[in-house]
Amino acid sequence: MSLRVVAAGALAVATLGLGACGDGEERTDTITVFAAASLTEAFGELAAAFEAEHPGVTVRLSFAGSATLRTQVLEGAPADVFASASPDEVATLDAAGLVVEERALATNTLLVATGAYGIDAFEDLALPGLRLVLAAEEVPAGRYARESLALAGSDFAERVLANVRSNETNVRATLAKVELGEADAAIVYASDLQAADESVRAIAIPERFQVAAEYRIALLSESDGARAFVAFATSPEGMATLARHGFTAVGATP
Amino acid sequence: MTALRARAPHAGLALLIAVFAMFFVLPFAGLLERGIGGSGTWDAITSDTALDALVLSLWTSAVALLIAVVAGTPVAYWLTHARFPGKGAVEALIDLPIVLPPTIAGVALLTAFGRKGLLGAPLDDWFGLTLGFSTVAVIMAQLFVGAPFFVRAARAGFAGVDAQYERVAHTLGASRLRAFARIVLPLSWPSLAAGAALCWARALGELGATLIFAGNLQGETQTMPLAILSAFERADGLTAAVALAILLLAVALVALAAFWLLSTRGRGTV
Repeated sequence: MSLRVVAAGALAVATLGLGACGDGEERTDTITVFAAASLTEAFGELAAAFEAEHPGVTVRLSFAGSATLRTQVLEGAPADVFASASPDEVATLDAAGLVVEERALATNTLLVATGAYGIDAFEDLALPGLRLVLAAEEVPAGRYARESLALAGSDFAERVLANVRSNETNVRATLAKVELGEADAAIVYASDLQAADESVRAIAIPERFQVAAEYRIALLSESDGARAFVAFATSPEGMATLARHGFTAVGATP
Repeated sequence: MTALRARAPHAGLALLIAVFAMFFVLPFAGLLERGIGGSGTWDAITSDTALDALVLSLWTSAVALLIAVVAGTPVAYWLTHARFPGKGAVEALIDLPIVLPPTIAGVALLTAFGRKGLLGAPLDDWFGLTLGFSTVAVIMAQLFVGAPFFVRAARAGFAGVDAQYERVAHTLGASRLRAFARIVLPLSWPSLAAGAALCWARALGELGATLIFAGNLQGETQTMPLAILSAFERADGLTAAVALAILLLAVALVALAAFWLLSTRGRGTV
């Protein structure tokens, strides 16, 4: 408690010393969008289209694993919009009273990405000695991957998890390890393969073991710009953009 | 002169000093406040993840330091005395990792030692040897970013030793090695200890290159900085990350105190 007081005092001193910068009255023409790493290309395109439609509005994008973004928002990062690869992260923010409103954005399926040192079937993930990389359990992609493996049987899941050589902090870093040839295989989103280089091959995960990744978009501030961006992302045009990048668009259904 | 010393600093300067000091003190205060107040702190510090990461961090950074000292000392000594064309370029190359962002170091290590790398590809093809995702890769990343600090400090230390002493030792019949061990080493000891401390601290804190080159797996490549990054992603938010940070901070403080003792003790025996 007393530390907070000291900190506030120091901040006051610093502000006095440096002179008041910014008066807080300024209209925000910049909206900050935090989006899951898997949305990198899709949201880059969405933001550009949104800016073209709304002259004078700038969209700042920050991509990372949904879990990292959630923690950053919980710790006070000034995000206006949060697009998460899983409802869990949004629910945590909602419980903390940070969400104005939220809705479904898209779904995504999982697949196995493999490269030059590759495998041929989903079952091959259990081959002893395979260098497998997953997103960490804390990251949505890692959670979905483990759920999918569990659906394929606990014995199978155990053998596959024994092959895990690294738990990456987001799904794109996971895919990068396969692109680099460091890993033989990884479980990533179908949409990620749209952005991958040609050396990466996709292996389908059988329908019965599929886990649908559920993306949600949350409005975190009352600003008009942010509200307009959420509306734009879930509009038919936004849905078309997401579909082009390999997502299954869900649309404005809450 | 005495008047100058007695005078209190100018008010503006005092304010600047206070603000600057607060900037460095507050983050530590914040860590301690969160950590000591947090309910899960002790559980996080004593968790398997934390202990595995701490043990891995300590021994890998110690190995990296050992290699840096064993290989770096002769290189630094040679660089101090040798004269050859292009010496400046060699020195710049050795210093390069100091100014290189660690993420670049990670990518660079991959392009050399990764499975598709310059040396990594033949190693894999001929011997089936891969370095990525191994503890060896962790040590390589630490050595790459840490060793230049030691070599740099050692060069400065050796350059500060008056060449006369060594020459006298030679004329009195001491071998080169004996002159180095009895004259140069004790005289440059403080620089060597300071360089070793910097090298080790840099190795201990290595994150970017390790994440890119070595991956993140508990017990094998997940060092403390990686464990802290991973903890940051957990649903309990900062609790575990703060706890691990405090643990690493405490260990680093103890180690730096040891390095400091080593440098003063060493100087005392000359």
